[in-house]
Amino acid sequence: MSLRIVVTVKYVPDATGDRHFAEDLTVDRDDVDGLLSELDEYAVEQALQIKEEADDAEVTVLTVGPEDATDALRKALSMGADKAVHVEDDDLHGTDALGTSLVLAKALEHIGYDLVVSGMASTDGGMGVVPAMLAERLGVPQVTLLSELKVEDGKVTGRRDGDAASEQLEAALPAVVSVTDQSGEARYPSFKGIMAAKKKPVETLDLSDLGIEADEVGLDGAWTKVEEAAERPARTAGTIVKDEGNGGKQLAEFLAGQKFI
Amino acid sequence: MAEVLVYVDHVDGAVRKPTLELLTLARRIGEPVAVHLGAGADAAAQTLAEHGAVKVLAADAPEFADYLVAPKVDALQAAYEAVSPAAVLLPSNAEGKEIAARLAVRVGSGLITDAVDLEAGDEGPVATQSVFAASYTTKSRVIKGTPVITVKPNSAAPEAAPAAGTVEQLAVTVGETSKGTKVVSRTPRESTGRPELTEAAIVVSGGRGVNGAENFPLIEALADSLGGAVGASRAAVDAGWYPHSSQVGQTGKSVSPQLYIAAGISGAIQHRAGMQTSKTIVAINKDEEAPIFELVDYGVVGDLFEVVPQLTEEIKSRKG
Ligand SMILES: Cc1cc2nc3c(=O)[nH]c(=O)nc-3n(C[C@H](O)[C@H](O)[C@H](O)COP(=O)(O)OP(=O)(O)OC[C@H]3O[C@@H](n4cnc5c(N)ncnc54)[C@H](O)[C@@H]3O)c2cc1C
Ligand SMILES: Nc1ncnc2c1ncn2[C@@H]1O[C@H](COP(=O)(O)O)[C@@H](O)[C@H]1O
Repeated sequence: MSLRIVVTVKYVPDATGDRHFAEDLTVDRDDVDGLLSELDEYAVEQALQIKEEADDAEVTVLTVGPEDATDALRKALSMGADKAVHVEDDDLHGTDALGTSLVLAKALEHIGYDLVVSGMASTDGGMGVVPAMLAERLGVPQVTLLSELKVEDGKVTGRRDGDAASEQLEAALPAVVSVTDQSGEARYPSFKGIMAAKKKPVETLDLSDLGIEADEVGLDGAWTKVEEAAERPARTAGTIVKDEGNGGKQLAEFLAGQKFI
Repeated sequence: MAEVLVYVDHVDGAVRKPTLELLTLARRIGEPVAVHLGAGADAAAQTLAEHGAVKVLAADAPEFADYLVAPKVDALQAAYEAVSPAAVLLPSNAEGKEIAARLAVRVGSGLITDAVDLEAGDEGPVATQSVFAASYTTKSRVIKGTPVITVKPNSAAPEAAPAAGTVEQLAVTVGETSKGTKVVSRTPRESTGRPELTEAAIVVSGGRGVNGAENFPLIEALADSLGGAVGASRAAVDAGWYPHSSQVGQTGKSVSPQLYIAAGISGAIQHRAGMQTSKTIVAINKDEEAPIFELVDYGVVGDLFEVVPQLTEEIKSRKG
């Protein structure tokens, strides 16, 4: 039977753009260009490599996000994913991690999966918690933050480089994995890939398709509330000196003045 | 007074500093009850008590080491049910965040990660976060369930506040579904003898400008002269000059030391994301247009191969 791989990808505001909060204190997704979260490209790449190794596998990319999030799906399809699922609903605006994981979990059950591949964190919210939440909600093993992974004989194995130790992990499928940016550079879409992506199927689902009530998600259903968001005051301009032979000594003088020496 | 659960990060009972910071923050909200999983609870209890833990709930089981994350969630959930806390605090490291995430789902609570400060509010604890590569500061609250909050290292100064710290055994049943991910082997990281990157008061980082692994000892010598930790930009890590565990930035460690020194680092947004909340920032870069200079309190435009050794020498001679 075919190995069903689903990659969860997020559409995020460009990190190099000028990111802001909207008036309702949600992330402003209108003023800054959006794109497929760079850290999710690594997830797509690993999914494609697993597919290439497997006898028979299919890669579906899944996103929960606004209309424009289709761009992220197209990018993943042009890299080589087979099909896409887009969960889109006006009531999703302002959904937090608990809500997002709920919607993703329902969508995964709807699609059917053997292996879920996520990124290590989204580049906007950056909590790095959705994959663990998915494993919890789906009741399947969590094999997260892998810098290396392999899928063979119905098992996933991989290496997790933690703070204190490097661990070798193993779990039976179905499972949720997440991969880090150490897992290997993501491929660029080829011209052929970009053309092919235009013809690949994108299924759109809304909350009612997944049996989720509007009040379980969105800003009103959120488990957390941002009460204030203030732009950090620009750092006051510091002293900048040109090294003319004694830059190191001048710097030491500054550090001594600040009591670091 | 309401109790606040604090998840203890430790190595065989040696409590890591971020946990002491959590205890300090927990006392602003209620009475800290520490949850210690694994070996060394009695040794840890002493330190935890000195920093305000009224109670230490301890459990040790082989499953904590044999399987990834989930058994610890079972244990923390047992503590949660035993105590009915006002909040649950965990350190913001990879494991702490994942435990927090799963506990929040299980008990139906909201989750806040990467708080840099915490205070009591009329409607529950208010967490300060630093977002969008630290260009915004937000204040947030959990509005459903018991707040589960992870806090970044260096968010508070640990305070001594002697309390009872009575050790109580916590009964934990590890569920079958929590044994899904086997830890087949574990290779501990070699200690460098330097302070832990995320906990250090001073961090000295090197970037592409360091130009080779063979030159990193220059950065290490400066760090050692100040008693600091060594960091690296992703460019330096990707080039294989320094281990990934030392990477500072969005996909590496987030640091918030008293002093951050960047040598040969341009200051890309993803690097800033991990160091912009440092108290004092210093840079050495030969390009006066480098964006890192927008952040600095003091910057030297110059060749790091000249400036860094001179600085190290000067520090050593001043320290005598
Ligand atoms: C999704 C994503 C995640 C990322 N995560 C991270 C992250 O976690 N951490 C991170 O650091 N980056 C991260 N990056 C990469 C980031 O965008 C930059 O590419 C990286 O930070 C550049 O490193 P650098 O400053 O060392 O190198 P460069 O940008 O090449 O800068 C080198 C600097 O050294 C200076 N220099 C050269 N020689 C000398 C000399 N002899 N003396 C003095 N100065 C000298 C140059 O003037 C230059 O300014 C990420 C990127 C992406 C897309
Ligand atoms: N809205 C979303 N749609 C699809 N996948 C998501 C979404 N949000 C988060 N994810 C996945 O979860 C990972 C971690 O995200 P986070 O916990 O938000 O940092 C990401 O890299 C994605 O793989």
